[in-house]
Amino acid sequence: MPGPLLRVRDLVTSFRTDTGSFRAVDQVSFDVPAGASVGIVGESGCGKSVTALSILRLVPTPPGDIESGAIEFEGRDLLTLSERDMRGVRGNHISMVFQEPMTSLNPVYTVGSQIVEAIRLHQKRSRADAWERAVEMLRLVGIPSPETNARAYPHQLSGGMRQRVMIAMAIACEPKVLLADEPTTALDVTIQAQILETLRELRERLGMSVVLITHDLGVVAEHTEQVIVMYAARVVESAPVASIFARPRHPYTRGLLESIPKPRVRGEENKRRRLTTIEGLVPDLRNLPAGCRFADRCPMKIDECTKAEPPLVTVHDESGKHESRCIRASEL
Amino acid sequence: MSNSGSNGGSNGDTAFPSNAPPPMSSRGELPGHPESQRAPNRTLIVVDRLAKYFPVEKGWFSREEKFVRAVDGVSLRVRRGETLGLVGESGCGKSTLGRLILRLIDPTYGRVFYDGRDLVPLGQSALRPLRRKMQIIFQDPYSSLNPRMTVKQIVGEAIRVHKLAATAADEARMIAELLDQVGLRRESIDRYPHEFSGGQRQRIGIARALAVQPEFIVCDEPISALDVSIQAQIVNLLQDLQERLGLTYLFISHDLKIVEHMSHRVCVMYLGRVVEQATSAELYDHPMHPYSRALMSAVPFVEPGRRKLRVLLEGDIPSPIDPPPGCTFHPRCPRFEPGKCDVSAPPLTEVTAGSGHKVACFHPHLD
Repeated sequence: MPGPLLRVRDLVTSFRTDTGSFRAVDQVSFDVPAGASVGIVGESGCGKSVTALSILRLVPTPPGDIESGAIEFEGRDLLTLSERDMRGVRGNHISMVFQEPMTSLNPVYTVGSQIVEAIRLHQKRSRADAWERAVEMLRLVGIPSPETNARAYPHQLSGGMRQRVMIAMAIACEPKVLLADEPTTALDVTIQAQILETLRELRERLGMSVVLITHDLGVVAEHTEQVIVMYAARVVESAPVASIFARPRHPYTRGLLESIPKPRVRGEENKRRRLTTIEGLVPDLRNLPAGCRFADRCPMKIDECTKAEPPLVTVHDESGKHESRCIRASEL
Repeated sequence: MSNSGSNGGSNGDTAFPSNAPPPMSSRGELPGHPESQRAPNRTLIVVDRLAKYFPVEKGWFSREEKFVRAVDGVSLRVRRGETLGLVGESGCGKSTLGRLILRLIDPTYGRVFYDGRDLVPLGQSALRPLRRKMQIIFQDPYSSLNPRMTVKQIVGEAIRVHKLAATAADEARMIAELLDQVGLRRESIDRYPHEFSGGQRQRIGIARALAVQPEFIVCDEPISALDVSIQAQIVNLLQDLQERLGLTYLFISHDLKIVEHMSHRVCVMYLGRVVEQATSAELYDHPMHPYSRALMSAVPFVEPGRRKLRVLLEGDIPSPIDPPPGCTFHPRCPRFEPGKCDVSAPPLTEVTAGSGHKVACFHPHLD
């Protein structure tokens, strides 16, 4: 059996600020098998976006710094590549789609010419040939009348269309991995459904792996196979999607799932019950507690939790490995 | 209800006017409906064919004036003590409607009655005593609080403007009690907004709204900018406050799950119009409008493997500057009938008399 396409091992990315330095990503490891869809979930500041930026080495240095770890892609450690070799990987083998399409597109060029630029950066194609490819990509991501819309400027398109353009640009060189950082967060639900469906089709058609970074557990449940939950720069739980939703093994994951209103039974009246909440706040990364980083907010906290941080351990290994960073995981 | 000094409005200061067009037919009430037995039934707000057109400039030299029809003839009622949910996608006019009801912006036409008084003709001074009763909580807790003011100043300002405290000690006591109510520590009274997290800032915003002891609060996407675990805290707080203080909410959100959870009744908006309205259980169980159906089916479910039958809509929301003729949803509608839907706009009507479930569609789903 071939190894995973992308292996992230013990990644540590830190930031230096006026008020001290902190690790935004702390010893994060996960695998992305070929053709798989992996979800990274967590709340703002948990390190999920920095993880994706670190994979492409796009973390601005300074203030950021990838301190240690390895990012193995097709047998090479991306962290050891020269900047020049890295440019050959970015957008070509691994590409990324960001949350806000308006700020990622250049307002003074047509969307078609921006895709052409991305293609010609990595492939020896004539301008006309690349244009044809760009139009084909726009058609693939579901843009109506792609020949005309390729000549449009970003401001002439709606938010959903712009995000499709970003995806077209990202997949124009047929990357093996697509990192999608909150690709639908800025969009309306009906447009979100369209975009996520497009990503699913592309993954199936092109055999591409997708890493979907999101805070929306519903999106994770429907569109990923493997889930990684991050909290305060750490991976706290990792499991196949069915396993984690059936029985979350970390109190934080369970809290997240319970804080969403439960689907009402059809025909039942709306009782407007109180939601279960996670009390308190995320710890300051500059001033972390000695023990488990979630202990302060955890309803299952015992003395032991505050003494040493629990390691990420395998809870069970039926139909895929289920890991949790909780000493009481077996009780959940 | 008596409002001292509220006779400033020259022509509009009347109770429910008998000469004005009837705000809504008697169908607006739901006699004998189970929902109306739980929620107090007295109508607090009547919105009657309300519209707001924003002028847009088309080039520097062009004389032609165009308008964005942000809200285009909306009628609805809000009952005392209930939560009326307002859902729809960006640009559908839900926030504009909220601001129109509070008269933070002036309508192009239409009327808003608050407790029987028509707000539209009132001048600023006549509105002031009513402003105390109507408050708003904004989406962005970062930009809606003045960064140079402490919590004490932010919350205290409203108390002073409306002269609700007799002495400084009185004011301090009121502020402390408000902080208790919204779950903020009393020690935080002298701190500035930047010292708080997003969820705590939203609590400050809620305390500011509550400072004037309002009856009605427009909650405009109050949790959209917050993390999932914090959203639940704010939702619970809003529900607790409603129960304790008997508040009436207009709850505006694009998050359908939260709207269902919060609301007694829900209105679905599309391009400035209400396309469907029902009790929340009825609407979520039996959406009749093809747009409501698509909207509900687009919400991802937190149950892996249970992928729903999805109604994927084609295309984007049309521009409200040049909305399609007839039913504005017809270009995206799977039930579109040429010659009918693109000719006249279907009115919002009750499907079964007495059900309270209204839909604006020529071909509603009746199964």
